[in-house]
Amino acid sequence: MSLKILDKGAVAPLVNALMADYRVIGPRAKGPTFAFGPINDPAELRLDYNTTILPPKKVLQPPQERLAAFTMLGEPHVEPVIEAGPTVLLGVHTCDLHAIRLLDKVFSQDYPDAHYLERRRQTIIVSLECLEPCDEHSFCKSMGTLTADEGYDLHLTDLGLAYAVDVATEAGEDLLSRYGTAREATEADIRRLNEVLSAKWPRFTYRLDFDAAELPALLSTAYNHPIWDELGERCLSCGSCTNVCPTCYCFNVFDEVNMALTEGERRRCWDSCQLDEFARVAGGENFRQDRAARQRHRFMRKGKYLYEKFGMLGCVGCGRCIRTCVAHISIVEGFNTIHGSA
Amino acid sequence: MTTSIYTPEMARLVKVEQMTALEKLFTIELPDGRNLGHDPGQFVMVSVLGVGEAPISITSSPSRSNGTFELCVRRVGDVTNALHRMQPGDWVGIRGPFGRGFPLGKMRGKDMLFAPGGLGLAPLRSLINQVLDERGSFGRVIILYGAKRPDELLFRDELDEWVARDDVECYITVDRGDETWDGHVGVITTLFPLISVNPRNTVAITCGPPIMYRFVLIELLGKGIPETQIYLSLERRMKCGVGKCGHCQINNLYCCQEGPVFTYAQIKGVEEAL
Repeated sequence: MSLKILDKGAVAPLVNALMADYRVIGPRAKGPTFAFGPINDPAELRLDYNTTILPPKKVLQPPQERLAAFTMLGEPHVEPVIEAGPTVLLGVHTCDLHAIRLLDKVFSQDYPDAHYLERRRQTIIVSLECLEPCDEHSFCKSMGTLTADEGYDLHLTDLGLAYAVDVATEAGEDLLSRYGTAREATEADIRRLNEVLSAKWPRFTYRLDFDAAELPALLSTAYNHPIWDELGERCLSCGSCTNVCPTCYCFNVFDEVNMALTEGERRRCWDSCQLDEFARVAGGENFRQDRAARQRHRFMRKGKYLYEKFGMLGCVGCGRCIRTCVAHISIVEGFNTIHGSA
Repeated sequence: MTTSIYTPEMARLVKVEQMTALEKLFTIELPDGRNLGHDPGQFVMVSVLGVGEAPISITSSPSRSNGTFELCVRRVGDVTNALHRMQPGDWVGIRGPFGRGFPLGKMRGKDMLFAPGGLGLAPLRSLINQVLDERGSFGRVIILYGAKRPDELLFRDELDEWVARDDVECYITVDRGDETWDGHVGVITTLFPLISVNPRNTVAITCGPPIMYRFVLIELLGKGIPETQIYLSLERRMKCGVGKCGHCQINNLYCCQEGPVFTYAQIKGVEEAL
């Protein structure tokens, strides 16, 4: 829609003003790392973060949420519960932005999921262009997520003393004009923005040995590849890789009741296809019993299955699963191994 | 008013019948006596509030929906054990019907060969009774049913009725007999030599324990029935029923959306299917 300039000194007042009307979530320091969390003081916001432990998915699909509340005495009664409120999500990197675009498809296709979609509807996303690689694990450039031109309301690019703000939606425009003090970009600003954006590309490296668009076809030939057994031997089946993945959305559903057994809640929580019981039915049959089969399932979902269902690859190259794996399983190395032996 | 695909509708148990040591038949009435509106082969998500939710195939046929539907449930997990403790008048939550059932339109005019094993009769009974209620629209009706033991045979009254009918060829076997049993003894595949079929005009439908499928498929393919005319109903863990939770995924297929009914042609290259 338009390009604005927001001086860095105007960020804190903007955040401060937003805090009055919105739940403001952004990257904050957490020990030596960073995590998305509520911003209660503009000084907590760390737009200079490299990456976060968990992706901002947790704001839209919380690790645990209520789906319904019910009473159990006499004629039982069930009411849907939708936990959503006005939220501004600040500082989303473009890898995570692409992941949210995928989640939007997942939760709106076929049977719309009101819990996710209402939370999404009430969330304004202010994303942030990465100018430096976060660390050696990410491979966003290979996955085509090093930048974005959709999926945000406002998109910030650090110009040094100010941010260039790409205003993409009316909600973003409204937010900026109501709470902030940005000015129109001049031709000099646009020139500077183009310089900054051009200069960033050489800093990032391609880590996939081939074009990511080839992944679905490559994986369709790799079902019996020896790599699955090798990964299965190393995998501890802990589920960390899926927990930190910005596109993993699988969940479990369970009931919780009060001590008097008169009322309760139906809740859902993140689940992981890497856990032993994920595909086990009550009768005992486990349809993905081996760790090798479960790792294969994860790779296939990221590189093939989700693409077939939603038209987008399930991996955005954020590197979190690699960073977190205690067995040092690397999805990008895995893809390269398969490609190298194809 | 907010609505959610995950909110069950409360429905009433109107009848509970003990069928075997492990299985009960539940007759369920939706509010206002509304019909469930299902196709044979579809399933519902059944809730026992406070315990949880489980996918259960619908065993009654649409042709016999009188404001009620039936579920044949084995007591095997948390939800099904809780269901088994319930009485007529108690309330259960229902979501659905979900999934893709049997394509009746493609089946009319064909000879129907049913090969259920054990509890696999439950989803197939929905189609069997639909076919029998439209008997003139179908060719031969052959039912080959196997159970482990005589006391594990389900729907005994209906089995007797099917055996007695002139227009149904029904053969029943048990893996191991006892003093009450004077019928056929042997696994389900031992029934196949008893029948001959016109393979091009035959639709075969099977459902049973995972171990059974490969052996039954060998028999069906051996009779020359095309892969596109062999239907299987598959079981998977499900937490949502609507293609979101990920539990029921069979490689790239979602059992709750693309299934639970698949043709053999559809799943032949799908390694995790059987």
